[in-house]
Amino acid sequence: MFAEHLPILQIVVPLVSAPVCVLLRRREWSWGFALLISWFCFGMSALLLQRVLQTGTVIYYVGNWAPPWGIEYRIDAVNAFVVFLGALIGSVVLLYAPRSVAAELPGVRANLFYTSLLLCMTGLMGMAITGDVFNLFVFLEISALSSYAMIALGRDRRALTASYNYLLMGTVGATFYVIGVGLLYMVTGTLNMVDLAIRLEPVLMTRTVLAAFAFLTVGISLKLALFPLHLWLPNAYAHAPSVVTAFIAATATKVAIYVFLRFFYGIFGTHYTFEVLHLDMVLVPLGLTGVIVASLVAVYQTNIKRMLAYSSVAQVGYMMIGVGLVSVTGLTATLVHMFNHALMKGALFLAMGCIVLRVGACELEDLRGIGKRMPITMAAFVAGGLSLIGIPLTVGFISKWYLVLAALQRGWWPVAVLILLGSLIAVVYIWRVVEVAYFHEPTGKTAEATEAPLSMLVPTWMLVGATLYFGMSSTFTSGVARRGAEVLMAGLAP
Amino acid sequence: MTPQTAILVSLSLPLATCILVALAGSRPNVRDTISFIAGLLTFSSVLSLLPYVQSGVYPGISLFEVLPGVSLAFEVEPLGMLFGLVASGLWIVTGLYGVGYMRGHHEVDQTRFFFFFAFAITAALGVAFAGNLLTLFIFYEVLTLSTYPLVTHARTPEALRGGRIYLGILVGTSVAFLLLAVMWTYHATGTLDFTAGGILSGKVDTPELYILLGLFAFGTGKAALMPFHRWLPAAMVAPTPVSALLHAVAVVKAGVFTVLKVLVYIFGIDLLRDTGASLWLMYVAGFTVLAASLVAMTKDNLKARLAYSTISQLAYIVLGAALATPMAVIGGGMHILMHAFGKITLFFCAGAINVALHKTEISDMRGIGRQMPFTMCAFVIGALSVIGVPPMGGSWSKWNLALGAVDAGQLVFVGVLMVSSLLNIAYLMPIPIRAFFSKPAPVTDAGHGNHDGDHHASDHHDGMHEAPVLMVGALLFTALGCVVLFFYAGSVYRLLEPIVR
Repeated sequence: MFAEHLPILQIVVPLVSAPVCVLLRRREWSWGFALLISWFCFGMSALLLQRVLQTGTVIYYVGNWAPPWGIEYRIDAVNAFVVFLGALIGSVVLLYAPRSVAAELPGVRANLFYTSLLLCMTGLMGMAITGDVFNLFVFLEISALSSYAMIALGRDRRALTASYNYLLMGTVGATFYVIGVGLLYMVTGTLNMVDLAIRLEPVLMTRTVLAAFAFLTVGISLKLALFPLHLWLPNAYAHAPSVVTAFIAATATKVAIYVFLRFFYGIFGTHYTFEVLHLDMVLVPLGLTGVIVASLVAVYQTNIKRMLAYSSVAQVGYMMIGVGLVSVTGLTATLVHMFNHALMKGALFLAMGCIVLRVGACELEDLRGIGKRMPITMAAFVAGGLSLIGIPLTVGFISKWYLVLAALQRGWWPVAVLILLGSLIAVVYIWRVVEVAYFHEPTGKTAEATEAPLSMLVPTWMLVGATLYFGMSSTFTSGVARRGAEVLMAGLAP
Repeated sequence: MTPQTAILVSLSLPLATCILVALAGSRPNVRDTISFIAGLLTFSSVLSLLPYVQSGVYPGISLFEVLPGVSLAFEVEPLGMLFGLVASGLWIVTGLYGVGYMRGHHEVDQTRFFFFFAFAITAALGVAFAGNLLTLFIFYEVLTLSTYPLVTHARTPEALRGGRIYLGILVGTSVAFLLLAVMWTYHATGTLDFTAGGILSGKVDTPELYILLGLFAFGTGKAALMPFHRWLPAAMVAPTPVSALLHAVAVVKAGVFTVLKVLVYIFGIDLLRDTGASLWLMYVAGFTVLAASLVAMTKDNLKARLAYSTISQLAYIVLGAALATPMAVIGGGMHILMHAFGKITLFFCAGAINVALHKTEISDMRGIGRQMPFTMCAFVIGALSVIGVPPMGGSWSKWNLALGAVDAGQLVFVGVLMVSSLLNIAYLMPIPIRAFFSKPAPVTDAGHGNHDGDHHASDHHDGMHEAPVLMVGALLFTALGCVVLFFYAGSVYRLLEPIVR
């Protein structure tokens, strides 16, 4: 009974818990409840992933209505992996949250905050799990609206403009998405993904479908922050509360990339997307430009959260290069990097949250000598940074390995070289922080800083530990990613 | 103890030492005793592998799969055996020397120093025992990162600058070139295992072989092939024990070891000879040999001169590998050992002079032979070994390299080796000559200007004034080693012979 309804419970449980969470007025209660739910979701997502890996695609009809009329949840290795990732990050971040939230958002009612976080998590998991393009839009809005609210909570007033910017861009993205879906519905009369894939085949060359293709490309690319559509991202990440930044940075763009993959590999199919319309000739150059330009911009940032945000834009570039290489290895690189980047960026932003708690800022100049005052936190930062660079024995290396290998397989030498060049720029921006943190005596704000509380260090180090573990033994992550890549290459149409 | 266990023990002992050193940080005597005992144990564990390797059985162990089909795996073959013995053996000596130096020099943060020192040894042994290219690459990077805190130990702006160059060049070349070469190899052959005779034959076309070789040779920044040699002089801001063990032995030898290993076990020397792909590398190495020697002559700072001398000597080994004849490769391999003993002696002497007399510039070292007779005698022996004069170990490796050049029909490189030996004489011998035969400089030299209130200053020129006994003992030991190796070169030759068969 439970196992059978796992796909829908994955979404319904957090969705229903959100309003319940509002009723829990005490800070500790609402947090404890949200934490419980998130771990429950994590457990379910692990079960779901295990089932998909054992038995293949899991199909669930919501309300027992058969597709294409009803909503179908269709879980294969790709989205099971993404749901797992979202639930994993959500549960770790919630474990970390109470001290940070209490310190950074003193005037905010905790129950509302945790409700938003649960909703955001629901929305992201829903986007990943559903097999219906309109249902996906609904979840996209749920996650987007809750993240606008959470970003606006940042104690800096610039958080408001950042959130407003994100709202505008996000709405444009979502609108483009829904226009694209509408156009597809016009020609096919269906919203089910598999059904769409089948019915689109004969009408692919019509102008309506071409227009839908264009709208969807731009709309989803906005959501996933593909260079140069990333302008909303740096400010949103920099000014949001630490917990929110960590959660959104680790999950939101990844889920959007999943949607991209689902549409262009699944629904439109590789032949149409890459051989007829040559989307790869757009994705790879943009991805590469994103890697180089965003990394260079990151070098010049003085706010470390902003620096990490630009680094995220660069990392999205890596993922999109993998998408544009159109091969099982390339997609493996993308999927494995989605997971790996979530781990390391999560760890880095959580470490920054610890520093914000103790120092009250994350400007580079405020961190002089922080390595002496907060050695455990900074060690986590360095480990995450090394992973970002792609040093072996960290997950970053695994991602880069697959990506470069995919570029070599396609015979695109310059791409391989530029990917590695991007890692070298990462050395520069990470090392700026290392030098300030370790080569200066603690002065000013860091003078009386102390190590972060255990309740925050443990979740941070959980992610760091995962970064190292999956960097040493990538059998699980790359195995799942490979399965997912094969599924994607096959497309949705039977 | 099975050889597999011995491999793991050798790798994990230094790592365990790190932790113990950190725990015993507040009690320096306990801490330094732990380091010493761990050094002895590690060395004996490495040594226990020697009989297996000599009998032609190469023990190996595979730990876990990092990437599909590529594991973190170790295999001890003759070249790795030799490098492992050198690194772990000289660690003990340097450990003792380091205790004397760090205390004599009143360095701060000694616990951090010994922590990363032990960590670097793990990495060096990992490089030595690596069973495939990925494992080698992993430990190569770990070695870079673990030595960074040692290079920047002083935390001064100079140290920071030195550290930037160090990290920039080593990480830069390894990620941009070496990693690309490793991936290319994997892409072309589907394996990364070190295999006798190489794995590239028939898998990569000849023009591409040139590029791949270039990526490997320049990607191994630690081999300090020009123009990627600048990190080595920059790393001289480190305390002298670091320069001695890491930048004369472990780190740089990890670089040339990688080059040798790749040329022998990935390319295969037959392939290189047949295609002539390594011809250009001979010229680059030959150029580095001569150019670095010439630069060394212009340096007045003793450590800087030794650094350029190291760059030149490393290029010998690369040259040996590029010549790709059995004799040259064995000569290159032997030079790892011979140069290690010679150069570590010279660095030990430089550190001893610095601690005892606070002199770093060669021009200030007139007449110091009377104050530090033991140190300067050891300096002569080390210098002669580096030059390659019998009866010092260094003469054999040069001999084999020259023979190898003749075998390859590249007589010009015999000439390069000879000219280089003359240049070695020109930049190394004036130092002891000045120390023994010149009159001491007037007391008002600037050598100890920044060590005010130093109690040595008053009795500066009266009679003997040697460095702490641990330091002198260490440098006499390695000097003795230079002589002993002359007589045991045969067994080293026999150990290395199988790699080119």
